[in-house]
Amino acid sequence: MRVALFITCVNDTLFPGTGKAVVTLLRRLGCEVEFPPAQTCCGQMHVNTGYRDEGVRLARSFLDTFAAYDAVVVPSGSCASMVREQYPKLAAGMGATRPEAFAAAHGGRSPFARAVAEVTPKVYDLSEFLVDVLGVTDVGAYFPHRVTYHPTCHSLRGLKVGDRPLRLLSNVRGLELVPLPGAEECCGFGGTFAVKNAAVSSAMCADKVGHVVATGAEVLCATDNSCLMHVGGALGRQRAGVRVMHLAEILAATEAGR
Amino acid sequence: MSSRDVILARVRAAVAGSAPVGEAARAYRAPDGGAADLELFAERVRDYRAVVHVVPDDEVPAAVAAALAARGARRVVVPAGLPEEWLAALPGLERLVDDPPLAASALDAADGVLSACAAGVAETGTIVLDAGPGQGRRALTLLPDYHLCVVRAAQVVASVPDAVARLDPVRPLTWISGPSATSDIELNRVEGVHGPRTLEVIVAEPGTRTS
Amino acid sequence: MSGTFLGMPAFPRNAEKALADSQLRFNLRKATHTIRGRRASVVEELPDWQGLRAAGKAIKDDTLRNLERHLLQAERMVTEAGGHVHWAADAEEANRIVADLVRATGQTEVVKVKSMATQEIGLNEALAAEGVTAYETDLAELIVQLGDDWPSHILVPAIHRNRSEIREIFLDHMGEWGRPAPANLTDEPKTLAEAARLHLRERFLSTKVGVSGANFLIAETGTLVVLESEGNGRMCLTLPETLISVVGIEKILPTWRDLEVFLQLLPRSSTGERMNPYTSMWTGAAEGQEFHLVLLDNGRTDVLADEVGRQALRCIRCSACLNVCPVYERVGGHAYGSVYPGPIGAILTPQLRGMGSELDASLPYASSLCGACYDVCPVAIDIPEVLVHLRAKAPHRPAERLGLKAASWVLDRPARLRRVQRLASRFRGLVPKRSLPGPGAAWTQTRDVPSVPEESFRDWWDRTEGGAR
Repeated sequence: MRVALFITCVNDTLFPGTGKAVVTLLRRLGCEVEFPPAQTCCGQMHVNTGYRDEGVRLARSFLDTFAAYDAVVVPSGSCASMVREQYPKLAAGMGATRPEAFAAAHGGRSPFARAVAEVTPKVYDLSEFLVDVLGVTDVGAYFPHRVTYHPTCHSLRGLKVGDRPLRLLSNVRGLELVPLPGAEECCGFGGTFAVKNAAVSSAMCADKVGHVVATGAEVLCATDNSCLMHVGGALGRQRAGVRVMHLAEILAATEAGR
Repeated sequence: MSSRDVILARVRAAVAGSAPVGEAARAYRAPDGGAADLELFAERVRDYRAVVHVVPDDEVPAAVAAALAARGARRVVVPAGLPEEWLAALPGLERLVDDPPLAASALDAADGVLSACAAGVAETGTIVLDAGPGQGRRALTLLPDYHLCVVRAAQVVASVPDAVARLDPVRPLTWISGPSATSDIELNRVEGVHGPRTLEVIVAEPGTRTS
Repeated sequence: MSGTFLGMPAFPRNAEKALADSQLRFNLRKATHTIRGRRASVVEELPDWQGLRAAGKAIKDDTLRNLERHLLQAERMVTEAGGHVHWAADAEEANRIVADLVRATGQTEVVKVKSMATQEIGLNEALAAEGVTAYETDLAELIVQLGDDWPSHILVPAIHRNRSEIREIFLDHMGEWGRPAPANLTDEPKTLAEAARLHLRERFLSTKVGVSGANFLIAETGTLVVLESEGNGRMCLTLPETLISVVGIEKILPTWRDLEVFLQLLPRSSTGERMNPYTSMWTGAAEGQEFHLVLLDNGRTDVLADEVGRQALRCIRCSACLNVCPVYERVGGHAYGSVYPGPIGAILTPQLRGMGSELDASLPYASSLCGACYDVCPVAIDIPEVLVHLRAKAPHRPAERLGLKAASWVLDRPARLRRVQRLASRFRGLVPKRSLPGPGAAWTQTRDVPSVPEESFRDWWDRTEGGAR
């Protein structure tokens, strides 16, 4: 099985540690992972901010880059859901504006739509890949800390990863998992929403921070570094003493690696 | 061009070229036509803070008399076609009859209304009136502050689909689920606004009391 | 739509103002959390909820796709049952039709059932200009009308008011509209409801014209359906000699049987009850009443013409999306500048009114795209999908366009991305953690900036051959 890592532009640029952790973890589980160098970005920021053409260009390039692989692992629920949930809508939307002309030109389905249908089912969020493809919930990790988990919106309601991350975390030795009140509520990041509607975003974040602090956890874990950057940025500003960590980093930690 | 023509032309243009849609799949519980759970019905009506009595058929007159007496209701609206036997235990009742039609003010001043119904829905605790015998026009069961309704066991169906299948849309219908209520203050339900503030229901089971 | 919201600033500014009102935030939080829990418990009770939801979506899609046929059938059935059908292409025409109908009765007062359509067209103001007073009879609408306020929620327009504020409004203003509130009025919800009962009782008994909307119009039978709680609806629908119902053309359900789906979906989604206290159904001129149906377009056919956006017309106005929305919960309804607030408003208003104003163009952005609204929508409107679709159609500010174009230029080529990453790494010490310039300032107001790493992931991979070295 050829497994590719789609690191995502945010992780690539700002959180390389998460990518390294994914590589470490997958190797430990006996899985060889490739990093296709042509990759950049799934196009989510552009599409979700209203720049569809630019986003579609990035989507095309994503589909080209990953077409040859059997599985694409993404350490971001949000980017994985962009590919799996939104690419098909982009493909359908292209046909929606002038359906007749479109069907005539493409014989019913465009090359983009065909690529979407081929590639997107092979795209997995990290927790899905571990549990569903590799079939493991105990990855042999050791992390002796009090951790709370925030299910980010796009992994929860978009990908519907369910309790996979929690199952993975609950098998980490030494880890004390504490439930997060109001866990399913959005943290307020929302991509450019965090800046375009900064006041609302910050108010949502403040409530999330309050819940996180109330758990007494040392670490806030999620599967999306963009949400963690947002909540972590506020935790840091308040000197709350809570670290944020991507799921991959906790799962990559072992007793030997202390 | 009339506005009717303008709107219809816009509608036509708006959907021109859209793919046709098929018949809706109905992957939910269909009407089953079977006997409904009377206990569930009573429990669900009570959940709305209505008063419910489940009695054998032959005890309906006594239950009606007891309910009206407890309420202190002496001047009671009696819609045409109400089974006479329900009032058998109340020879002295002052009946307000809607013939000629009672004025709204007279209905407003009544102590209550005693009615039959067209259907009951167990799952939702709903009573449906269809202005048929023993129910009268809609105002009769609206303006009095107290509504006493007798529901026969055979009228109770299991679910909303069962009820919709049984009712006649040509008749004016009123679905009643508990007394008048509102959620407008802090989204919490409180009973008692414009409709009858007290709803009392007598569910008549077939047969006589065995114990 | 109603003129009251004209000239409002864009959503972010309205939101900021609302966020500063701690009483408002407290009221909203309490109310939305109460109703969320109630909805969840009655929805869980039904084992076939997802089947009902799918059927609700499919039935409404049939409504919309075959709207012309259904409208013509509804018109025929209502007419055959003794009702009169009028067609209004826009708000102005609808208002004129209603005003003329009221004038023909010789009356100068009407009682109203809560109706989104009549709010949308600003009917009360239009009638007032013709010398007709419209009395709102729904408790929350009454609170809004007495307080000379704006509605802020689809189901509970006065959700932004708590019990003690409602008490004050009743004490101060009931007398201006009719029977004053009792002087010893408390803020107990029961007493407040009682005050509304007394205030409106005489009005119900004496007013000759009723005005309503409708939740559903059954094409097959011509039956109109109104769901309500208080009994004010029954009063307005049954007691007046003349009834005028203003109904959006998308309110149609094709068949009588379809009600078996919607009478399960709507009450559980909206007030979180197994069934709302009262539902009235009538066909044509019931019990000798004079009945007029006004079918309203007012922008709906524009929405219908958009294949992605048209799903907003499936909406049955339950307001479940408002109640779960983290944005609505914090800013309330007024910030949306429309009678349709919250997530559904953010996709409906810009489609009905267009995105010509700063406010309307900002509405598709009033969401973090968290998707909670889609999950609870009883007719499965994919609100995030429509938001994103509308964002692509919205006008963009030049500075933002420049920024996003530059970003996409960089991301189009891995080599460009690498150069930018290296630049950032080289100057990583210069990135201020707590005060970014320009648009970044909005971020650093409440959040620190993460530190830029020494090396991007792709540089690490190349240097170490994926960590092998």
